[in-house]
Amino acid sequence: MSRAKKFMYINRHAPCGTVYAVEGLEVVLIGAAFEQDVCMAFIGDGVFQLQQDQDTADTGMKNFSPAYRALGDYEVNRLYVERESLQERGLTEEDLMPLTWEDEDEDWAEKSSIYIVDQAQLSDLMDEQDIILNF
Amino acid sequence: MLHTVNKSPFESSSLKTCLSLARGDADVLLIEDGVYGALSGSAHTSLVAEALGDVRVYALEPDLKARGLSRDRLIPGIEVVGYDGFVELACANDKIQNWL
Repeated sequence: MSRAKKFMYINRHAPCGTVYAVEGLEVVLIGAAFEQDVCMAFIGDGVFQLQQDQDTADTGMKNFSPAYRALGDYEVNRLYVERESLQERGLTEEDLMPLTWEDEDEDWAEKSSIYIVDQAQLSDLMDEQDIILNF
Repeated sequence: MLHTVNKSPFESSSLKTCLSLARGDADVLLIEDGVYGALSGSAHTSLVAEALGDVRVYALEPDLKARGLSRDRLIPGIEVVGYDGFVELACANDKIQNWL
C-alpha cells in the first residue's frame, strides 16, 4: 500500500456569512476517514471559525462550531492558526475554543490540537504537504 | 440615511467605502459578517472609532452572538441593537443603502 499522503486544508473564511467554513469542515471529517495524514490551517477570517461561544440560536442558523471538537477523534489534531491573522483581528489564543485530542501512546493524555504559528512557519508547513485544499 | 454593511472589513472594502461616504446624520448598522467591523483592537478599529465622532454606528446582537463576539470586545460607542432595533432604524430613516 502506498504511503499516506499529507493533506492540508486551508480555511480562510469567517464561519457564518458563507458556506465555505461548514462545507470545508465536512470535507475534512469525511476525508479523515480515509486514514491520510491530515492537518488544517486557519488564515485570515478563517481564524474566526475557532472563536469560542458561538451561539446562532437567535439567527435561526445551525451552530456547527461544536463539530470542530470531533476533529480530535478523527486524528485531525494539528490545527495551525496564523499568528498574524489573530493579531490583525485583535484576537489571542484565549479567544479560541479549546480543541484537544487524546494521545493513545501516552495513556490517552489530553493534548491541545491548536498551534499558533507565524507566516514563515506556515510557509514551511505548506511546502511539506502533498495536497493542499482551500476553503 | 441608514447604511447597512454585511461584509467583513478584512475581506471587503465595503465598510471603508461606506464610512468615507456616510454623512454626519447617518446611521450605520453592521450586520452578518459586517459585525467584525465592531471589534476593538483590530486593524480596522481606528477607522470605525474615527467615524464614531461623526456618524452613529450600530451592531446587530444576534449576529454578534452567532460569531461568539461579546459586548466587551466591541469598540466603545457602538450601540448593540436587536432585530427590533433594526426595524426602528429602518423606519426612522427615509432611505436605506445596503453596501452588499
